[in-house]
Amino acid sequence: MVPRTGRRVARPHRVRRGLLTLLYLAPLLFLALFYVYPLLAIFQASFSQPGAFTAIFAAILDPALLQLVWFTAWQAAVSTVVTVLAGLPLAYVFATYDFRGKSLLNALLTIPFVMPTVVVATAFLALLGRGGLVNETLQRVFGVSAPQLHAEQTLWIILLAHVFFNVAVVIRTVGGFWSNLNPHLREAAGMLGAPPARVFREITLPLLAPSLLSASLLIFLFTFTSFGVILLLGGPGFATIEVEIYRQAVNYFNLPIAAFLSVLQLLITFGVMIAYTRAQAQTSRTLRQQSAKRTARRPANWRQALVVAVCILLTVGALLAPLLALAWSSIRVDGAFSLRYYQALAENPRQSAFFVPPVTAIRNSLMFALATLVLSLPMGMIGAYMLAQPRTWLTALLEPLLLLPLGTSAVTLGFGYIIAMGELRTSLWLVPIAHTLIALPFVVRTLLPSVRALDKRLREAAAMLGASPARIWRSVDAPLLWRPLLIAAAFAFAISLGEFGATLLIARPDTPTMPMIIYRALGQPGALNYGQALAMSTVLMTVTGVALVLIEQFRLGDTEF
Amino acid sequence: MMVNKRCLAVVIALVVAAVTLVGCTAQSPVAGPAAPVTLVVASHDSFAASEAVIAQFEQEHNVKVQFLTLGDAGAALNKIILSKDAPVADLFYGVDNTFLSRAVTSGAFEPYTPTQLSAVAADLQLDASHSLTPIDYGFVNLNADAAWFKSHNVPLPTQLEDLIKPEYKGLLVAPNPATSSPGLAFLLTTISYFGEDGYLDYWRALRANDLLITDGWSEAYFDHFTVGSGGKGDRPLVVSYTTSPPADVVYATDGRTAPASINVAIPGSAFRQVEFAGVLKGARQPELARKLIDFMLGREFQEDIPLQMFVFPVNQEAQLPELFTAYAQAPADPVIFDASAIDQNRERWLKAWSDVVLR
Repeated sequence: MVPRTGRRVARPHRVRRGLLTLLYLAPLLFLALFYVYPLLAIFQASFSQPGAFTAIFAAILDPALLQLVWFTAWQAAVSTVVTVLAGLPLAYVFATYDFRGKSLLNALLTIPFVMPTVVVATAFLALLGRGGLVNETLQRVFGVSAPQLHAEQTLWIILLAHVFFNVAVVIRTVGGFWSNLNPHLREAAGMLGAPPARVFREITLPLLAPSLLSASLLIFLFTFTSFGVILLLGGPGFATIEVEIYRQAVNYFNLPIAAFLSVLQLLITFGVMIAYTRAQAQTSRTLRQQSAKRTARRPANWRQALVVAVCILLTVGALLAPLLALAWSSIRVDGAFSLRYYQALAENPRQSAFFVPPVTAIRNSLMFALATLVLSLPMGMIGAYMLAQPRTWLTALLEPLLLLPLGTSAVTLGFGYIIAMGELRTSLWLVPIAHTLIALPFVVRTLLPSVRALDKRLREAAAMLGASPARIWRSVDAPLLWRPLLIAAAFAFAISLGEFGATLLIARPDTPTMPMIIYRALGQPGALNYGQALAMSTVLMTVTGVALVLIEQFRLGDTEF
Repeated sequence: MMVNKRCLAVVIALVVAAVTLVGCTAQSPVAGPAAPVTLVVASHDSFAASEAVIAQFEQEHNVKVQFLTLGDAGAALNKIILSKDAPVADLFYGVDNTFLSRAVTSGAFEPYTPTQLSAVAADLQLDASHSLTPIDYGFVNLNADAAWFKSHNVPLPTQLEDLIKPEYKGLLVAPNPATSSPGLAFLLTTISYFGEDGYLDYWRALRANDLLITDGWSEAYFDHFTVGSGGKGDRPLVVSYTTSPPADVVYATDGRTAPASINVAIPGSAFRQVEFAGVLKGARQPELARKLIDFMLGREFQEDIPLQMFVFPVNQEAQLPELFTAYAQAPADPVIFDASAIDQNRERWLKAWSDVVLR
């Protein structure tokens, strides 16, 4: 073997650095092309309209604006807190215990995340509405004639829906991080006589802080730009900035005001992210992580088993009740069991030119989801590694850029695509690209806490022993990142499956996805149309569930070390 | 310690599969070297037509028709206007009379006067500049659950004033005028009926009488209307179309031959909606687009409209299906609003309405 001289090592090193910069540029280039450019184009077109600034000035002076911003931020903050609190117990159970059916349950709990809002709204009303199941039962039990629960079109139902949609984010990101925490610290504290509550407060919670912050930020951004839930469940009495942007852009075609509100929304998002970045920097620390397999164990005694059972029953009951109600209605036709609605999905009695067999819609959805996965995972991984580096101008730029798409108005970006994307506007490629834009923040945020917590010394030791960077990644990083990577993959896949994207994209009725079929069915009167929407929603739930279970199966060959 | 090789292989296979699949589908509309030209038709989400009718046009003109949907009626038109310098399609279908003036003044459409226009009633030809051609029309109207009114011994309302009386308390559900086109149509109906001075008082009274407003038509009809929700809802009156009852039969699961929902005949309460199509300026296939407008006014397409989109064809020679002649009314005295008045006042009316009904 030729002894290594300084020169021979230096050259590949420089090449490698060049390659690394190129890799880093990939997510930046993607965002510049498919996010920044169309957004700037629509802003430019909007603000250059005659009288734009007079109109915006008038809007700033209108006290209704402050009210709008206040309500938007307030409901998002409350939704975030409630969601995190609701998700923590199950995150704990998932991280600490191993039990039968865990991965199935994990998949089931992520299903709400992908359900189209229209369908969830219907399911919620079927449960909590005036003529819903809860009211019906209350009326029967207490022998009263008037509905007792008035949840329809209230703030409560908005909060409940936000928890329903987003609790998976807490369970998955916090639970995933939690399961990789080394239990030794906790065990040591316990052995030294600290009561469990104190161990949680002083050891576990501070260690979990980065992932809690990550989850909170995602949920805040999601609910801050809430649109469908506000309109469909909150009713016309509530409005977020996003709802107002839609009204201005679509109903009044008042682009300057819509663009102004979009900028305002982005600025607030940006402010929240700066606060988040600071908090994150303070809480992040290098941890001796453990593979999840080593930390989770079966409940040791009946008390632990009871905790597990109660947590699961409560959360699952609350989360799955609307979904089960939905699936139940899809097999009940005129008061009897029937698969009529499912058959109808596959029939085309009116010989419609837009008819597509359900299998094709499923295939289309899966294809787009797969393409989204392929685009978002590598880019998200690169992004997470970049953000974990010591701060440079590049990371400073990328940090907010990788999150901003979540705080961006879909209508505004959709209009941006229309004026800026040229031939790509009507291409099917734009579908996974747009889905990736939404999935990327999730992928990055899911990976980041774990990437940051990677022990540098392990990598240095491996490098010292002569391992190549690729080998180091495979042997040192990958086993520790595998679990968050699977979670990120599940999110990316689920986001794509559930995304309707009508406001964002031009749809091609010859290649419909499952959500498109659902919306289409709800467009005309008639029991069979409604039934087909129910049936397709149930199919979407099932396909999502199966896909998520399969993703969970992608274990790294040997994660023990 | 190593990443499982099989696992890697599967991942690589997935990547390749995804890229090929999307690639294949992305190219599917362009088939072979001798392929016919493609005519791109953009519309709102509710467009529908029979396969055979579209195929007939494709064969007659050796063309492949590619459809695009751009969102609800408002969003779709705005996207067309935004892209007028580089149009996404050759033809757009789905401008209704509440958006007509916005569409015409935008300059996104190329005027064209089809010869078949002579078969269209003069009062439907609302665009003097002929940028847009009327294709179909319908009436926004109240639908009632016939069985509910019978079993509760409540007479059907006979005038709009009835809806604010105590016996109709909590019976009506209507979509939001700000976000739904039938919702806007019903608001315009009340403006036409009660006048600019009276409509807000009427809405105040409706609100006091426990009117339910939903975001869109789907929520009103499927979540709250007793017929549409299969009994889960508690509203036996809904703002919908005079052509909804036929759909209740066509898409029934119990083999019913008469609809469970019926039209409420209140004088001056049906709002006429006309839908238009137009050739886009800068179209790549302007000649074929004009041919398609001709075709859309022809009998095959016009007679296909009722049971595909549940609206009336504009061509007076087109035969209506039996379900339409039996259950879908075309009121003799519909509300006909001046298109430019709607466009000029929309924002003001909606704001005033929101202040009264939502705050």
